[in-house]
Amino acid sequence: MPKRATESHAVPPTLFDKIWDFHVVGRRADGRELIYIDRHVLHELHAHHGFTHLEKQRRAVRRPDLTFAVQDHTVATKPGRNDDTNPSGAAFLKATRECTRRNGIRLFDLGDPEQGISHVVAPELGIVLPGATHAVPDSHASTVGGLGALAFGCGTTEMTHILATQVMALKRPKRLRARLDGRLGAHVSAKDVALRLIAELGVAGARGYAVEYAGSAIAAMPIEQRMTLCNLNIEMGGRSGFVAPDDTTFAWLAGRPYAPKGAMWDQALASWRTLVSDDDAKFDREVTLDCSALEPQITWGTDPSQVVGISGRVPDPAVIDSSRRAAAESAYAYMGLTPGTPLAGLPIDRVFIGSCTNSRLPDLEVAAAVVRGRRAAPNVIAMVVPGSSTVKREAEAAGLDRVFRDAGFFWGESGCSMCAGGNGDRGAPGERCVSTTNRNFENRQGPKVRTHLASPATAAACAIAGRIADVRQVLAAAS
Amino acid sequence: MMQPFTRHTAIAAPLVQDDVNTDQIAPILHSRGLKEDYRAMLFYRARRRDDGSDNPDFVLNKPQFRNAGILVTGQNFGAGSSRESAVWCMLANDIRVIVARSFADIFRENCLQNGLLPIVLAPADADAFTARVIAADGAAPFTADLVSQRISGPGGGDVAFDIAAADRMRLLEGLDDIGLTLKHIDEIVTWERRAAAVQPWLQTARDGR
Ligand code: SF4
Repeated sequence: MPKRATESHAVPPTLFDKIWDFHVVGRRADGRELIYIDRHVLHELHAHHGFTHLEKQRRAVRRPDLTFAVQDHTVATKPGRNDDTNPSGAAFLKATRECTRRNGIRLFDLGDPEQGISHVVAPELGIVLPGATHAVPDSHASTVGGLGALAFGCGTTEMTHILATQVMALKRPKRLRARLDGRLGAHVSAKDVALRLIAELGVAGARGYAVEYAGSAIAAMPIEQRMTLCNLNIEMGGRSGFVAPDDTTFAWLAGRPYAPKGAMWDQALASWRTLVSDDDAKFDREVTLDCSALEPQITWGTDPSQVVGISGRVPDPAVIDSSRRAAAESAYAYMGLTPGTPLAGLPIDRVFIGSCTNSRLPDLEVAAAVVRGRRAAPNVIAMVVPGSSTVKREAEAAGLDRVFRDAGFFWGESGCSMCAGGNGDRGAPGERCVSTTNRNFENRQGPKVRTHLASPATAAACAIAGRIADVRQVLAAAS
Repeated sequence: MMQPFTRHTAIAAPLVQDDVNTDQIAPILHSRGLKEDYRAMLFYRARRRDDGSDNPDFVLNKPQFRNAGILVTGQNFGAGSSRESAVWCMLANDIRVIVARSFADIFRENCLQNGLLPIVLAPADADAFTARVIAADGAAPFTADLVSQRISGPGGGDVAFDIAAADRMRLLEGLDDIGLTLKHIDEIVTWERRAAAVQPWLQTARDGR
């Protein structure tokens, strides 16, 4: 990493410091640092707002070549979909198509073989790279931290600011290192680790921090799981979250369409190998979690910190911190649960496997391995929605769509779908849904829908069992 | 361009709750268009009962708080999604000040971008101030003054609040954020040249197939 005059590190830098310092363009009079954004990805819910605003001010998009756009939040998942399949999305899709065309921005549109959720598409095409900065007008931007990129979610006005300037005006976050050690047990994945960490730290536990995920559990994780972990960083309030890139990262990226090639790849690789926190780097805060005894996790309440192990029970208010008790009381009521009830065994109505958290090919492989040769319980509507059209194609080439269809699952076209229901895919009031998404907020998956967040393996097992179930027991019972 | 903020006098409503998230503040509704009704969107679900009628228990539905322009709430206000509509629908309802124990990062930034003043009070002050707002019960207004960094109103003396000088300046001047940054255009160009020389892969994003 080249040194700049402003960067005299009296203390050894963390990975965050290295990426941040390299990207400091200047300092505004108001004290904010201007951070260059290497890759900016828009989506249809915000794009038209930004372009309309710029056009009113007669300002141009500064770097259309570093800007991309996707259609993901409002797209229908029905086979044969078009703009109007989800009537409430049509205006957004058309407006985004128009304004990206006018501004010369590559759009992964409906029908494009590489359309999908921004946080899935950008890494799988190699648009995002280790050590690069990345912004998306969506809070789960840090998903791509799994590749060692420093990503920031932003609002619409900030997005417009980036379009015009290619920089973000930011206050430097503090640095937190989350050390996750130990070997994960069978059928335990990054989703379970993340849910446990959020439960330990709380939904605001990482607020104001850029989080570096490190430790032996991370080193052993494939890239897709690292992305799941970084995706959920915002659910504990983190400003950004990432994993230092390593050989697993470089092997994963090599040959991706937008990744550097030839001599530039070699040069990039040499630079990426320096993307580690120095041995004696100082973090503002360190937390640790031993993952070796972790069982599959599931949420019982209405925020992502209300988590128990799959063998656990809805917690008694007496064991809940007094500051969190009112939230728990309202969660019991919304979720239709009484303290002391075991999670396992609760009858469910729906299973959703998808979203930027858990919709990449390995997620679907894990779910398919549980489902193969079995059928979803008759009381359950089960859906699988791949995170991108690329994932969908690859899954179909591997025959996963058949596995799911044969088991009675809906196999959809790629998009956000039931994660936030912006495309019309929603549950009915009162339904209990096991979902691989990231937010179990009230009404998110439909008015009065009761969402339990879990891993793809757990979600698949629940679909088969027709109730909340431990994937390890579902598989053991069958063999 | 955002409206500058100097002072705001209005009824203060207590929403005594932690972790109020943007899905609650500005729910994604079923029928949507490019022009949203931000006024109606604010706490759309909390404002209604299951049958669609007004929920009389929700604080902003109470007659004394219908025109509230200051919201007093708990920890981690604005958690969740980055949707800026959560701020726009506050402004559409003339709510220009939120007093909280803490704010989620992206929501707070969105406030600053739009001339909505996010105030964080020290815990002891927050308890006392919330009690005053509850006691006032909408009978008399409070004033948040960004010049003197004080909130005043019934039931006690002025309460001082801290805000970073930079954030205060942005709000007071209602500055055009893009314009401020473009004063640094030379530095941006210099950075791009340097990056293109030392990490050229950052400055090109091309499909190499
Ligand atoms: S899948 Fe969900 S969280 Fe991810 S980008 Fe889409 S709506 Fe946002």
